[in-house]
Amino acid sequence: MPEPKKILILGATSAIAERWARLRATRGDRLLLVGRDPGKLSIVADDLRARGATEVLVAESDLADTDGAPQRFASFLERLGGVDVALVAYGVLGNQADAQADTDRLEQGLRTNFLSAAIWCELVAGALETAGAGTLVAISSVAGDRGRRSNYAYGAAKAGLSVYLDGLAHRFAGTPVTVVAVKPGFVDTPMTAHVQKGGPLWATPERVAEDIERAIAKRRPVVYTPWFWWGVMLIIRNLPRMIFNRMNI
Amino acid sequence: MTARDDDRLLSWGRVHRGRHRVAGPAWPQDVAFAAAASSEGAGTTLARGLGRSYGDTCLNIGGGLVAMTGLDRAIAFDRTSGILRADAGMSLDAVLRLAVPAGWFLPVTPGTKFVTLGGAVANDVHGKNHHAVGCIGRHVRRFAIWRSDRGVVECGPDTETELFKATIGGLGLTGILLWVEISLIRIASSSMTVENERFDTLDGFFRLAEASADWPYTVAWVDTLSTGDRLGRGVFSRGRHADAGSLEAHGSGGPAVPVDAPGVLLNRWTVGAFNRLYYAKPGSAYRGAQHYDGFFYPLDRLGNWNRLYGRRGFYQWQGLVPPSAAKPAVHALLDRIARSGEASFLAVLKNFGDMASPGPMSFPMAGTTLALDFPNRGDRTLALLGDLDQIVAETGGRLYPAKDGRLPVAMFRSGYPAWTDLERLRDPMLMSSFWRRMTQSE
Ligand SMILES: Cc1cc2nc3c(=O)[nH]c(=O)nc-3n(C[C@H](O)[C@H](O)[C@H](O)COP(=O)(O)OP(=O)(O)OC[C@H]3O[C@@H](n4cnc5c(N)ncnc54)[C@H](O)[C@@H]3O)c2cc1C
Ligand SMILES: NC(=O)c1ccc[n+]([C@@H]2O[C@H](COP(=O)([O-])OP(=O)(O)OC[C@H]3O[C@@H](n4cnc5c(N)ncnc54)[C@H](OP(=O)(O)O)[C@@H]3O)[C@@H](O)[C@H]2O)c1
Repeated sequence: MPEPKKILILGATSAIAERWARLRATRGDRLLLVGRDPGKLSIVADDLRARGATEVLVAESDLADTDGAPQRFASFLERLGGVDVALVAYGVLGNQADAQADTDRLEQGLRTNFLSAAIWCELVAGALETAGAGTLVAISSVAGDRGRRSNYAYGAAKAGLSVYLDGLAHRFAGTPVTVVAVKPGFVDTPMTAHVQKGGPLWATPERVAEDIERAIAKRRPVVYTPWFWWGVMLIIRNLPRMIFNRMNI
Repeated sequence: MTARDDDRLLSWGRVHRGRHRVAGPAWPQDVAFAAAASSEGAGTTLARGLGRSYGDTCLNIGGGLVAMTGLDRAIAFDRTSGILRADAGMSLDAVLRLAVPAGWFLPVTPGTKFVTLGGAVANDVHGKNHHAVGCIGRHVRRFAIWRSDRGVVECGPDTETELFKATIGGLGLTGILLWVEISLIRIASSSMTVENERFDTLDGFFRLAEASADWPYTVAWVDTLSTGDRLGRGVFSRGRHADAGSLEAHGSGGPAVPVDAPGVLLNRWTVGAFNRLYYAKPGSAYRGAQHYDGFFYPLDRLGNWNRLYGRRGFYQWQGLVPPSAAKPAVHALLDRIARSGEASFLAVLKNFGDMASPGPMSFPMAGTTLALDFPNRGDRTLALLGDLDQIVAETGGRLYPAKDGRLPVAMFRSGYPAWTDLERLRDPMLMSSFWRRMTQSE
């Protein structure tokens, strides 16, 4: 067994985060699971223990709320005894029509998906810088690659997060600290439960978790998952506006 | 909890088609909502595992389905006692990944690891070790079900005994299984010690089966296309967990069949060629070590192999005849198949033991079982299967509902007299296409 790593997961009840945590539990790591629902956190924790995690701690915290974030973050680190890999996974898809009709909803989405996420990422970055090593992974989305009428509120927040991670990766280039921005396409998780699934564009959260694991090992600053979204988004980003405007996406 | 319409969900045989309203809970506490959301409209729903049942027991066409595979978490695994409690949607594949490195193995496993614990209990599945340890129901310690009329009910041999028994082999009708607790068995190695041997007549099979009674795992493949004095030739395989070695769980699956193959791919010539090669190949007389994955799950290496049968799908048929009638009845079955000219790609022969299951609706009982696959060629295929039914019925035997999409009502009712008890204990909200057929047609 390799030395157990210290894993911090913000948004540990996310389906993608949970599948990745299983990979980590199987290799015997120590995990601190942060989320807002204590019932779900304890269900996830039991599973990870059964799968072989050396220790699983949980912390209840509403991550969209950033009041006292530095102190809360310090308490996470204290309980875990430092951090080797941090995954920022939480997010809400929201509904574009609601965001347009109700600025409180719009603000709540931006706060969850961008504002708070950037703050937690910055806190992780600070800890890794002090430690001189470690990995920050955050889940952004292909939706952040170009604004589309169907979900630009969500997309803009993820775009902001992607740029923030880009900046962090730049800051740590040439150091032992790794920053990974994960950009999934369509993933079959509770976030997309309302959508009819199937077809080659849909990935399982297990697949995304494996891609995250590989990206960490290879220290890739940006990873599209599954990989073909890199090509899809390259095309979408470069479509001339005339054509783009006629597409209903 | 939202439900969505889905007209692509099939059973493994891919014969029955229709629309379902599907809800997939991600958390145990969502099961009640999922049942309500999926049953909207038709008023009924059914738990669904990995859909490895061939016929219509895992379908509820026109009604709801609760997709259980999102509930795939372990709840507690005691590595000292080998007792595992896990969500009913956890697959045997996942159980093995957890258990094998710790020196534990499934007490009973079907011929694929891609089934859920819930599905395994609902069909009280059997494996190559039935003659030694019985069905999986004998190794289930407790479970919890959710019922629309009672909420969550924990069942065990001493609590809610009637529901406990009725749920084992209860075809998913007594409640939605939330978690299952099973006793695993100790292994010292992930390797098996295996002996394969050819037999050139049916008598050879029965001799080998008798001589192998002290082997925990036995099964035979038969060549259903050979006739005359070669009728019933095949390969007998027996194995046991190796006494020492490393403990390595299986790797990830291999390639998958991406699309429906042309329906003519599996015909009597291709199957005949395969059978000759299979019988003749050196592996058919192999003695030595084999990883458990290859020993128990050869078919799992090709994902979606059921698509090889093309868009019309195929029927699996599995019958069971009592020991007293076994030899002549199996002979008659093989003779009927050989004369039909229909080719069964997979033909599996095994002797069951007499260890009774707690479940009154459980399929296995002492005797010999034959399992077959036939491409769906409409009436021709149904006529052949009808004749096979007849041979089994005359011996007082029965068929396996998990495998069958056309089991005749009368044959089901006479083979499973406890069906009226199951109907009495059924959750009023739960229903399957199979159960509708068995209880509502006259
Ligand atoms: C290649 C192959 C080999 C096989 N070999 C064997 C074998 O050797 N022995 C054997 O016994 N079977 C065998 N089978 C059949 C298979 O083991 C059974 O059909 C099994 O029940 C399938 O489990 P599943 O999770 O796919 O359930 P499904 O097929 O989806 O459902 C089966 C039944 O279980 C019920 N069910 C599923 N989940 C729940 C739940 N959570 N709560 C309540 N009810 C539930 C469903 O309502 C349905 O009635 C084989 C199948 C294949 C494809
Ligand atoms: N699924 C996709 O198709 C897809 C595609 C691209 C990107 N992503 C991104 O992938 C990440 C994971 O999503 P998923 O697909 O795994 O969906 P998911 O299972 O629904 O996970 C989202 C998680 O975020 C948590 N969360 C939301 N707001 C929170 C808050 N204020 N505090 C704490 N936790 C909060 C939710 O917790 P509760 O359980 O308490 O609600 C939930 O566990 C998200 O960032 C998402 O944007 C998903």
